[in-house]
Amino acid sequence: MIYRETGQFKTSYAADQQIFPIRQDRIGMALLLLAAFVVVPLFAGNYWFNAILIPFLIFALAALGLNILTGYAGQLSLGSAAFMAVGAYAAYNFQVRVEGIPVLLSFILAGVTAAGVGILFGLPSLRIKGFYLAVATLAAQFFIVWCLTKFPYLSNNSSSGVISVPNIEMFGFVFATPQSRYLFVLTLVSLLALAAKNMVRSTTGRAWMAVRDMDVAAEVIGIPLMRTKLLAFAVSSFYCGVAGALYAFCYLGSVEPDGFSLDMSFKILFMIIVGGVGSILGSFLGAAFILLLPIFLDIALPWLAELVHLPFDSATVSHIQLMVFGALIMFFLIVEPHGLARLWQIGKEKLRLWPFPH
Amino acid sequence: MSFFFEVLIGGLLSGIMYSLVALGFVLIFKASGVLNFAQGAMVFFAALSLVGFMEHGAPLWLAFILAFAVMTALGIATEKFVLRKMVNQAPISLFMATIGLSFFIEGLAPMIWGNQVRPLDIGLVDEPIGWILDGYNIVVSTFDLAAAGIAMALVAGLALFFQYTRVGRALRAVADDHQAALSIGISLQRIWALVWAVAGFVALVAGMLWGSRNGVQFALTFTALKALPVLILGGFTSVPGAIVGGLIIGSTEKLAEIYIPPVMQDLFGGNFGGIENWFPYVLALLFLLVRPEGLFGERHIDRV
Amino acid sequence: MARQIGDVILDLKNISLRFGGVKALTDISFDVREHEIRAIIGPNGAGKSSMLNVINGVYRPQEGEIIFRGQHRHNMNTHMAAAAGIARTFQNIALFKGMTVIDNLMAGRNLKMKCNFIQHALWWGPAKREELAQRAKVEEVIDFLEIEHIRKTPVGRLPYGLQKRVELARALAAEPAILLLDEPMAGMNVEEKQDMCRFILDVNDQMGTTIVLIEHDMGVVMDISDRVVVLDYGKKIGDGDPDEVKNNPEVIAAYLGTQH
Repeated sequence: MIYRETGQFKTSYAADQQIFPIRQDRIGMALLLLAAFVVVPLFAGNYWFNAILIPFLIFALAALGLNILTGYAGQLSLGSAAFMAVGAYAAYNFQVRVEGIPVLLSFILAGVTAAGVGILFGLPSLRIKGFYLAVATLAAQFFIVWCLTKFPYLSNNSSSGVISVPNIEMFGFVFATPQSRYLFVLTLVSLLALAAKNMVRSTTGRAWMAVRDMDVAAEVIGIPLMRTKLLAFAVSSFYCGVAGALYAFCYLGSVEPDGFSLDMSFKILFMIIVGGVGSILGSFLGAAFILLLPIFLDIALPWLAELVHLPFDSATVSHIQLMVFGALIMFFLIVEPHGLARLWQIGKEKLRLWPFPH
Repeated sequence: MSFFFEVLIGGLLSGIMYSLVALGFVLIFKASGVLNFAQGAMVFFAALSLVGFMEHGAPLWLAFILAFAVMTALGIATEKFVLRKMVNQAPISLFMATIGLSFFIEGLAPMIWGNQVRPLDIGLVDEPIGWILDGYNIVVSTFDLAAAGIAMALVAGLALFFQYTRVGRALRAVADDHQAALSIGISLQRIWALVWAVAGFVALVAGMLWGSRNGVQFALTFTALKALPVLILGGFTSVPGAIVGGLIIGSTEKLAEIYIPPVMQDLFGGNFGGIENWFPYVLALLFLLVRPEGLFGERHIDRV
Repeated sequence: MARQIGDVILDLKNISLRFGGVKALTDISFDVREHEIRAIIGPNGAGKSSMLNVINGVYRPQEGEIIFRGQHRHNMNTHMAAAAGIARTFQNIALFKGMTVIDNLMAGRNLKMKCNFIQHALWWGPAKREELAQRAKVEEVIDFLEIEHIRKTPVGRLPYGLQKRVELARALAAEPAILLLDEPMAGMNVEEKQDMCRFILDVNDQMGTTIVLIEHDMGVVMDISDRVVVLDYGKKIGDGDPDEVKNNPEVIAAYLGTQH
């Protein structure tokens, strides 16, 4: 009843092309933005910002980047964390070495640097069809972490590559409180998400999806394969780079190369599998799910073990976590390859009919 | 100069280990077109099962058989509950499913067998053979020779199997075209069960050798990741390629680890160890520029 | 036929194509005139699809020359061909299964789109204007081929006959000078075939598009084509208008069937 589209006719192509063509969706989105920008900062506690909301937004951004490459362009990457590392360290270097550079510019340049590194690793591997990009990104993952640890210049001569970043400052305002950092990250992530949505529904996005679905046919209609794939990789690395910079500057404050491990790359991959490949919304849903799952398991498992009187220790929790992640991935790929985003869509479709059965 | 040979031989021998893991990949890829990311986890699981059974009192030969049974069961379960349900999906989805599988196995194995590092004693001594050491100044142990011998035997056996037996032919048919194989009466399910069993056997052998050399521990799964560059060098579908690729990766990574850091140290100062973490991958990446299908792989022609 | 058949727009000279030891095409030469409907016929495996693949650059011939609109080329690559105005459909449907009909058609027009990805990311301004302008053009094609009702359907969910029509629409969306159709009526029932025939004739008639088509249905070929090329085992065994070819003894022996 609430979700019916009757009466909403589109009289122009422009109206038809909107991101949210259904009025109820627009209202929903407006409410969500209101909640995110106004309600949350007023009522949420510091723990929520620091431990949940800020990392959620940052990883959603990284997941968005990976989704562009893997979900829309169909090229698998196992090195997202490495590109986050590039972004973090690049932003740090720009901030520390260039006197008076605006922080946003550092972030953008950090993203561009990550994109550049991405193109370097993409060039040999994207020429051929197959899983070669996966191996190339593994190479990037291990090589980049090694470089950041071993070349002291990159971490301003700190030992073992650890860097500590100061609070960001813009126009004299220092983003010191969790609220302010949250709003900064929220704004940046929202803008980049909008940009991603725009890219994805335009010719750029169609070229990516064409290459994913059938690259021979894409070539035949004139889409340049190599350039399209490289662009996806560059944009994806840009997003991961910015996410990495935010990770260092607005979340942890202090990072080391080993923190951007293969494990983190896998986590980001799992976010898009669970959330939904090829979906902007899916990146957010997946990030929330994967971030909250360990917390949930940490609470639920000991309680469950008590119920069945089984012995328990922290090692078991981490083993079960691995098993749950693995099982979830396989489950989603088998049952619902388009992830939570598709489940959300199905839910909305059911809502259109409610309360009628059909 | 003899130091160079020492490093080289050491590398070649560890390369054989990589080859064994890569063999498992090749088998499954050849028969089902699935690149099984979980092969490393399977090696780990196999080794853990072997040690576990031995700890419960079984002699080596019995533990081996039991572990093989476990691996076969794991393979069949994987085929039945995961792969069969994903038959229509794109290769990238299948690959991601095997990533999920590897996580699952990596959690399951220590749940069942515990997660302490254990030594594995298979009766082969890992000490340099006296007369070779004295005579030629090369460090080779009985273990190394046995490993090499086992690998050769496996490769020869598998090559013969694929080429000359009826089942081997059926496997090749299935690898080529599932529908066509079905249409001539080959039972896909039985073939896949067989393939995973053989891959499990290979994983068990690899796990046994790796485990007795380095102890059975979680790090085994990372070593197994290095099989991917081996596949790129050797070709995804080639059994000899897995061996040659493994030898190259093993030797170059050791040589790089020894010879590059001093040069870097002279240029930049500081410590530059840890090259073997990334060297195989970067080598594979550069190899892609020259010969993407691998030394022994097949050129893939897309017919439209 | 109301339209005027023009000069030679595509000329193939001595094309030979080999795959390893297999000779797909041997010394094939023929031409295509502007605005005509040229059929390529022959038994299976004769090299018809390979011929189309050579024309639009999917395969590179080892020998021979392609002269398209006066431009000499030893071989085409797919990008050149698409940019030069050659569009095609495939025997096995080559649609982008993950996208809707509209997205597939818009993808077909990608060479007409000039904005870069940053403009796309920003959307407001040139990117939006271009998108709407292209959408209007695509809607014309949708109208023409009567597929309005399935605009937003993901292509993977459509029945076979409609998928074939969408593939034709995508090729048309590029406003091509030459349309290569690879068995556009394969697997269709009588009604669908009639519809497809009508569309092909309309495209040729109203838009003046030159059409090269591979087809097995002799009735269709004789009915709608202006000239016919016959291939057998990679060699040309007949070339001329439908009646000539129908009565050619070699063609009859190889393909049409001998009279007893």
